[in-house]
Amino acid sequence: MRLLTHNMLSSNIKGVTNGFPLRIEIEKVVEKQVDFNADFLRNMFPKIEWKALVGAAHTLGYVELPEEVEPSRLDSEDFLRKFHHALLELHLEEGALVCPETGRRFPVSKGIPNMLLHEDEV
Amino acid sequence: MWYLCVFFHRLLDYRKAEVESLAQLFSNEDQEYQCLQWRLPLHHHPDSPFHFVDLPSEDVAKSIANRSILVKGMYELWGEGGSYEELEECIRNYPDERKLPYLDSNSTFKINVDTFGKVISLQKQTQRIQGLSYIPFKGRVNLKNPEHKFWLMETDDYGASNGLPPMVQKRIFFGREIGGADRKLLPTYQLKSRTYLGPTAMDAEMAFLMANQALVTPGKLVYDPFVGTGSILIAAAHFGAMTMGADIDIRVVRDGRGPDCNVWSNFKQYGLPMPIALLRADNNLPPWRTGLKEVFDAIICDPPYGVRAGGRKSGGRKLMKGVIGPYIVPDDKRTDHIPSTASYSLVECVHDLLDLAGRMLVMGGRLVFFYPVLSEDDNVDNHFPEHPCFKLIATSEQILSSRYSRVLLTMVKTSPYTEDIAEAARLKHLDFKENHLKWLEDGNLHSAVFSPTDPQSNGAADHAKFTKEPKPKYRGKYV
Repeated sequence: MRLLTHNMLSSNIKGVTNGFPLRIEIEKVVEKQVDFNADFLRNMFPKIEWKALVGAAHTLGYVELPEEVEPSRLDSEDFLRKFHHALLELHLEEGALVCPETGRRFPVSKGIPNMLLHEDEV
Repeated sequence: MWYLCVFFHRLLDYRKAEVESLAQLFSNEDQEYQCLQWRLPLHHHPDSPFHFVDLPSEDVAKSIANRSILVKGMYELWGEGGSYEELEECIRNYPDERKLPYLDSNSTFKINVDTFGKVISLQKQTQRIQGLSYIPFKGRVNLKNPEHKFWLMETDDYGASNGLPPMVQKRIFFGREIGGADRKLLPTYQLKSRTYLGPTAMDAEMAFLMANQALVTPGKLVYDPFVGTGSILIAAAHFGAMTMGADIDIRVVRDGRGPDCNVWSNFKQYGLPMPIALLRADNNLPPWRTGLKEVFDAIICDPPYGVRAGGRKSGGRKLMKGVIGPYIVPDDKRTDHIPSTASYSLVECVHDLLDLAGRMLVMGGRLVFFYPVLSEDDNVDNHFPEHPCFKLIATSEQILSSRYSRVLLTMVKTSPYTEDIAEAARLKHLDFKENHLKWLEDGNLHSAVFSPTDPQSNGAADHAKFTKEPKPKYRGKYV
């Protein structure tokens, strides 16, 4: 699971009002190379919850992202490279996403988060 | 400028829609969707492979033809006629400034002879080529790798072997090739070469057509909420898109049939970039965070409408209203608990899909999906799902049996997803939950397609056959 995915997901258990961002529990992290595409990054940037991305990257041990960011930074190749790495190249291969409100664990195995709810959660 | 556009005689309903979509893609204009102008050659049937189309420039025509799946060739027409005399006169009258640059002595060229609906011998082909000696070709002939390709195309009697109505008069075209589809893609990606397949994997040709309808280009983000073995996303990834897929069946997306036979390995097999994300999620209760919207450039999918594979959603026992009380999972069983699922009716599935697309597609983004149609219903025409955010721009039917067809719908997001729309969708969602059983019965498409015909109603059906215009035969399996 890339951090882009993490940035899009929340816990959608019935009654949960604040299911984002999901806490990350790590068992195994891998890095996978992805082709760099500046246009894609610029398109995605306004849709990203920056704080959540920085937090998730920290959890995975990547601390190069600035805490606050101005859209003007998108002109900097150096910044885009870091953004690219954090957003697309860090993978949570094994672990879990944990709902911040209820503590429910959504397991991540073989890089695939299982977001399906139990019967009493829908 | 007008170009001669010759199609493969396949998937007749998909051909113009594909060219129109690609024209939108390559015209590079942010204008509202506009229909192209089409014209038929003299005496030709609308289902004929020969069409004229008005395109902004030769570059656009070339890009469209090379990217398409169903365009055999796009040509600058130098002449046409009902006989070779007429053709000669027409070519002679075609302005020299259009012809001479391609007849230059430093260039290489080749002339192809093609016929539709009949075969002519090599000897006759050579005669036909020699008959063009009135065109002042100055360049050298190069059969392998010519700079300019010219085509002499003849059509007569095409009706007999291709199911089209007979021609009144034959028509001959001569033109310079601008571009044509790269059908080599299809053997490369054909399903039988693919390691990991599911029962409803999308045929490669259709997957490419869907990707074209969705205007997939490098750097776009494409989502398939019913990803299965990834067959649709493979086509999108081939055209350079970032792909993302979800499925409710975790065995399909996560495990596949082993370490070298799963969705990832399918992408690896073709040297395509891996999907950005695969996840297990329920389209009925999507796990997207609040406030997330307009992230996908296109959503392409083949929803499970219950003919070959039925849809599932979260719930199951709990939703059977009044039959069994709410089900509580015991705490010690939670970790490895496999949640039960309930049938997901077509109506509900399409509603959820449109709502998801309304929220998650960028403005101008495209939703491309299949919708089943029963041919028995008399009122099926133009009765497709609607959504206030979307404009339906193309419907292409593929007849699958005498009873039902699937129609590829292409929709463009034209209005933003507002709070009113979200609220209406939420109420509808609750309504679906309350009336689960009712919808399940309504969506019983499977039996309509597969159950034996009722002998009682045969008489009525026969009667209907006579009154209703029968569908043309060639619109069958092979076309």
